[in-house]
Amino acid sequence: MVDPGPPSGHHIGLVFLGGTVGAVVRVAFATWFPVSVGAYPLTTFVENVTGAFLLATVLTIVAVRRVVDPTVPLLVGTGALGAFTTYSTLAVELVSLQADGHLLTLALYSAGSLATGILAAVAGIAVGRRLGSGRGSHDQDAGDGAT
Amino acid sequence: MIWLAVAIAGGLGAAARFVVDAWITARLRSPAPWGTAIVNVSGSFAAGLVAGNVSTGVLTGPTGVILAGGFLGAYTTFSTAMVQAAQQWLDDRRTAGMVNLIGTLVGCGIAAGAGVLMTGR
Repeated sequence: MVDPGPPSGHHIGLVFLGGTVGAVVRVAFATWFPVSVGAYPLTTFVENVTGAFLLATVLTIVAVRRVVDPTVPLLVGTGALGAFTTYSTLAVELVSLQADGHLLTLALYSAGSLATGILAAVAGIAVGRRLGSGRGSHDQDAGDGAT
Repeated sequence: MIWLAVAIAGGLGAAARFVVDAWITARLRSPAPWGTAIVNVSGSFAAGLVAGNVSTGVLTGPTGVILAGGFLGAYTTFSTAMVQAAQQWLDDRRTAGMVNLIGTLVGCGIAAGAGVLMTGR
């Protein structure tokens, strides 16, 4: 979502590097905080919501400040935070909850992930606009397209 | 060694997402973020295949973690999906945003379930 056009080797390398870090941190948390069968998958949930907030914040700061260099959005955004969060683990967790008959947890996890995830992204965009426009509370609007 | 493998698999997964997303986005020229949705659904299907093969004992040892946690976990992304849906919502493309949000979850769940079923678990 950063830079339309064919991705260059340099750009792919930045995403790769960020992805190594994001994936290791996510798998490390999953190892340290295992979730028992049938329970609400809290580890994936917290990782995903945190990552959605941070990605929205980073990408908004970059957009507000009109940063041209793609290093931060590709390394930190698409790479690290993109890989720190996951949809496939969430999907497999939904399948396990369904297969084991934990339908209430399935519904709570589905609705909870979407509602909290999009609220986290909206909050991240708001925080990013504030930080990007120079952290002051006086000129908060520098957000979208003043000129 | 397992962590090194997870790191490399994660880097490859993120890079694959970046390339596939750019390829789809360049071809569809749609305002809707189809690239992310297709990446997430296809990755969820593959993760279902891996999970099924782990539970039937076809995949053993650290292979499941490297493939599912490393590669597919990083290939798919929740954060980008949420940021794109939030942008659709804030741009007053609210119906499209909601369809994207709920459609991706349902699509990923069904795809993962189909992947598990195909392994005969």
